[in-house]
Amino acid sequence: MVRRWMERHAYIFFLLPGLVLYGVFMVYPLASSLGYSLFHWDGLIRGPFAGLENFKTVLTRSPYQARFWGALSHNVLFFVTTFAIQTTLGLALAVLFRKKWRGFGFFQTVYFIPYTLSMVVVGFLWLLLLNPTWGAFNQFLRLIGLGSWVQPWLGQTETALWTIILVNAWRWLGFPILVFLAGLQGIPEELHEAATVDGATGWQTFRHVTLPLLAPVIGMMTILTFIWDFNAFELVFIMQGSSGNPYYSTDLLGTLFYRTAFGDSTTGGEPGQIGIASAIAVLMLIIIGAVSILGVRQMQKRQVEY
Amino acid sequence: MHVRLMRLTQVLFLALAVLLAPAVAGAEEVTLTFWSWRTEDVDAYNQFIAAFEAEHPGIRVRFVPYRNTEYNTILATALQAGSGPDIIHLRAYGGMEPLAQAGYLMPLDDKVEALKDFNPDHLAGATNRADGRIYGVPFALQTVQVLYNVRIFEELGLKEPQTWSELLEVAEALKRAGYIPFANGAKEGWTLETFFGAVGPTFYGGSQYYEEVVAGEATFEDPRFKRAVEKMLELRPYLPDNYMGVGYTDMQVLFAQELAGMMLAGSYELGTFAQMNPDLKIGVFPIPGERAEDPAYISVYVDGSYGINANTKHPEAALAFIRFLASREYGQMFTNTLKQISAVPGTQPEDPVLAEIVELMERQGTPYLMLTAFRYGQPSGSTLLQNELQGVFAGLLSVDQAAANIQEGVASWYEPFQ
Repeated sequence: MVRRWMERHAYIFFLLPGLVLYGVFMVYPLASSLGYSLFHWDGLIRGPFAGLENFKTVLTRSPYQARFWGALSHNVLFFVTTFAIQTTLGLALAVLFRKKWRGFGFFQTVYFIPYTLSMVVVGFLWLLLLNPTWGAFNQFLRLIGLGSWVQPWLGQTETALWTIILVNAWRWLGFPILVFLAGLQGIPEELHEAATVDGATGWQTFRHVTLPLLAPVIGMMTILTFIWDFNAFELVFIMQGSSGNPYYSTDLLGTLFYRTAFGDSTTGGEPGQIGIASAIAVLMLIIIGAVSILGVRQMQKRQVEY
Repeated sequence: MHVRLMRLTQVLFLALAVLLAPAVAGAEEVTLTFWSWRTEDVDAYNQFIAAFEAEHPGIRVRFVPYRNTEYNTILATALQAGSGPDIIHLRAYGGMEPLAQAGYLMPLDDKVEALKDFNPDHLAGATNRADGRIYGVPFALQTVQVLYNVRIFEELGLKEPQTWSELLEVAEALKRAGYIPFANGAKEGWTLETFFGAVGPTFYGGSQYYEEVVAGEATFEDPRFKRAVEKMLELRPYLPDNYMGVGYTDMQVLFAQELAGMMLAGSYELGTFAQMNPDLKIGVFPIPGERAEDPAYISVYVDGSYGINANTKHPEAALAFIRFLASREYGQMFTNTLKQISAVPGTQPEDPVLAEIVELMERQGTPYLMLTAFRYGQPSGSTLLQNELQGVFAGLLSVDQAAANIQEGVASWYEPFQ
């Protein structure tokens, strides 16, 4: 009896290790931060039940709401720009590399190298390059006669976030190129040939054959980019610290959460606000979760077979 | 009978074992772990620990430093899990209080005799305001003022300014001679708080305003506070080109490599500069007021303290080490080795510049505004000041707006403002 049960349900034992790991490292922290967000906190001590009070504070009370909506808008900008760059420049490069012209293998590697570097290395490298006093970037601008463009790129509110988005894109681009390339290689050659035989121009073939067939890959990349960009933290933390310098212009949900939970890293020490930070984390989870699920649903609906 | 005797012997043996166990354990070596964020001071601490171990055979101390920016998180997590080190390098003020409040620290005021002689202002950095008890032995004091390059001043025939307009003349002369007058930048907001710590007190009126604002009688929209910020802005023409992008390490290099004549900086830079450029001769002065007879101030704060984990398995050994850290002998060793001001009363720095700072501090010191009083909640006065000053320096905000934002932010948690 027991043996038969065991045989039928043996899969449970195969699932168990994964389930335990997932439970301990994913479900438990998520559930506990949800729990934390529903209480008042006095430093590290849990106070009375707060209901949705912390959420109300984050979303509606000054100065918290200004920081939250500011950070959220920066995340949106971060995602939209990254998405725009990867689906134009990234896709164009992937299409080019698909042609397998001589020497393209080399460039393919070149574009992919930054992706293999750790974020800390990338952040530090660009800090040095963009240093306004002796950084190579401004010296290069002077060298090619664009001395009037020289700016403290990371020190101005108008340029700091854009600079970081571009540095991030520089590091990241190799990955979407690789994925698009794989997607392109999965499209049967006959379809292109048929289009050419029918008299389609290169652009028409791309627009009406390649692009629709690549849509699932682009969709998947978009969802992944969304998740990554809404969780973005490291690069800003390395290059600008946890307070979104200058004047909150590079503040992201990640840095806002970190600063609220653990105190500003540059002040050396101040009490964290566990309740409010957990509320921010839960809001991030809701935003990321909801958009990702919607995105995946949309993609499944439009699945094409060929 | 026979069986009884055996039982008795067994019981006696057991009793003997129980009695002997602590004695045997006591003879064993005790190892204390000591966590810190001072990765740059490992050698110095190992030297201090060696001196302690020589006096206390049987106690060993292991110094474990963590990355500065990660230390608070690592420590809080360990303490919450009921573990953590025996000896804890504690932050000060609002960075320490939550740990004491949560019961993770051992109160020391009744156990460390030497604390009675410490300056009460300095003990404030290691006190839990809720119960008034002291949880740490303060280690270093820091001050914020002007550091200047003595060689450049001599070369150009400049003197320490006695008035604000003399300061601007000095800056002008440096600029004419091709030097950057002040090495300060604004990329990292916290360096602007340091900037404020040097310029502010002289213009907001030192401890008088400090006490009023802490009591909630004055606000950050007070004309004195705004005037202090406006005075900072008068120095903008004397900062490096593109100062909005100049970060902390750039500032250090500009000053250490003698490209800049002055820097609004903390006393903790002296040790760093001595390493970066051993030939650099540094002088100090407080930011002067409008007239020579106006009082000039420098900001003073406690850097942090040494505390004991309430859960330590070796409370006696830990106390022995903490008492050592509160001793005059240690204070002197600390100031000589690390070139910082020891909080232990009666220590005399060998370094002449440091000795001058100590003298200034005793006559003209005032608490470092945001750090000592407004870091007990979020958004802290420091975070607000740093970011709002960046907004003002970038030309995005007026001084009035910045002051209003700081007031609103602090008032969201600071009870005397509510």
